[in-house]
Amino acid sequence: MKQLVIISGKGGTGKTTITAAIASLAENSIIADCDVDAPNMHLLLEPKVIETFDFHGMDVANIDDEKCSGCNLCIENCNFNAIFPDHSINSCKCEGCGVCEYVCPENAITMVDNPSGTVFSSNTRYGPMVHAELFIGQEASGKLVTSVKEHAMSLAGENGSDLVIYDGPPGTGCPVIATITGADLALIVTEPSVSGIHDLERIIKVTDHFGIPAIVCINKYNINEENTKQIEISCEENGIVVAGKLPYDTIPNRAMIGKKTVIEYADNEFSENLKSIWRTVKAELDATS
Amino acid sequence: MKIAIASGKGGTGKTTVAVNLALSLQNAQLMDCDVEEPNCNLFLKREMEPITEVTSIIPEILEENCTYCKKCSEFCRFNAIATLPNKIMTFPALCHSCGGCMMVCPEGAIQECEIVTGIIRKSTTKDQNGPELYEGLLDIGQTMASPVIGEVKKYIDPTRTTIIDAPPGTACPVLTTLEDVDYCILVTEPTPFGLHDLKLAVEVARILKIPHGILINRSGSGDDSVEKYCADEGIEVLMKIPQDTRIARLYSEGIPFVEEMEEWKEKFMQLHNSIKDRYGKREEA
Repeated sequence: MKQLVIISGKGGTGKTTITAAIASLAENSIIADCDVDAPNMHLLLEPKVIETFDFHGMDVANIDDEKCSGCNLCIENCNFNAIFPDHSINSCKCEGCGVCEYVCPENAITMVDNPSGTVFSSNTRYGPMVHAELFIGQEASGKLVTSVKEHAMSLAGENGSDLVIYDGPPGTGCPVIATITGADLALIVTEPSVSGIHDLERIIKVTDHFGIPAIVCINKYNINEENTKQIEISCEENGIVVAGKLPYDTIPNRAMIGKKTVIEYADNEFSENLKSIWRTVKAELDATS
Repeated sequence: MKIAIASGKGGTGKTTVAVNLALSLQNAQLMDCDVEEPNCNLFLKREMEPITEVTSIIPEILEENCTYCKKCSEFCRFNAIATLPNKIMTFPALCHSCGGCMMVCPEGAIQECEIVTGIIRKSTTKDQNGPELYEGLLDIGQTMASPVIGEVKKYIDPTRTTIIDAPPGTACPVLTTLEDVDYCILVTEPTPFGLHDLKLAVEVARILKIPHGILINRSGSGDDSVEKYCADEGIEVLMKIPQDTRIARLYSEGIPFVEEMEEWKEKFMQLHNSIKDRYGKREEA
């Protein structure tokens, strides 16, 4: 079984559109939405939830006012400034490390369980899907990504799936690193803008850093064909395969409004190019050991 | 006053709005807090100078003192230390720098080791009226964006208008960015994805009790569900930027569109004045 992640560095390049299209082309696969901060895949695939799992992030500190003597040792030792001067806890800042509990001489602090999201195991018209909701303002989105991946992998094992497809979050930080860990291949979606090129360079450094093989797909290529050329040259110089290019088109938006993948929505240059990209991705995946 | 530009979703045009708004104002500051992908300077093209490094403290084990008692690895809730019968390993990428391991070690076998996780840079070229730019940049392979964001925000000058470009999403980096801002412009696009993520962003602004309004980018490219939602929820639509291939082309070339389409400077100035009149702090008047 192989693991494919779709990432981009930059937001808004079309990751979810392309992931959903690949999900509708791949056979015997599991789909997982790892963009837990702003998940969108469910809007296209309309999953029917079969099972839900509570997600518990890091514990958070809780101070018992009765026992607190106001010594401020907790405030002085908290490296996250998570304790207000009145000794209440700023739960958005608390990382759950337990240092305050350790230093409190009055045993007034306990670390308490913190339900911070839900993981869903669902069915879609293209097979099983795992997705999640992080409660607003909760920490630990990287940990939730890991939980989504674990559920997807165990579902893949039960179903004898050949492939798990992960729709990744934007950026290069904690949730992205959690998403790409263990992947066989990263498909990087980029666009030919100066920001697209900048973020592509950064995300390739991340995949290199973690030793994840990467290939690139250029979306909206005809918005700036000189920049597209530059991306192709730079990929060639760095030995990165360009799996294909997609034209700027209103189809992704129209398909989205109709709750369809672009493959379902239209049979034209856009969907044909995507099918060819999928064939390249599949060949690259098959070539990974 | 501090105006943050945010959105639940990535790629809605936060940086475009932040840069063009800052360029339309006199003597503003622009803080790029999207430290995983700081892109403001791709449009401003300033000379940048590093002003400070962001560091964090991770444990360094002095193995000659270590008795492999496991107290540190049992304390660490981030799985950043593993103790084997006669070996101990640290995983710096997982460390949150809480300092707990050093406190619990009975042998004094753990010492502080400082690592660089990011850098803060400031524009050196001083345009007559252009914004002063600060940006934070998280090092590749590092996970902790919030400390870098916190460091950028230390350079906010309370006497000036400060525009803050926020990261996407609704998690820790966004909360760190939005803490203490006076107003939040939520940028969205008129599509089902845009609407879904706008709702999350509105929820964040409501939880943090930050006054907020909506800017619809690529207006005309989707449906009217975002406007219906704003009307139902009583959220002000501040501005619409149309779907326009000229704007898209300028964006792809890294040119702020107010520089080629001067009429937009006036619109951004009015947007700022309208926000400042209603939400600016009195003492800055």
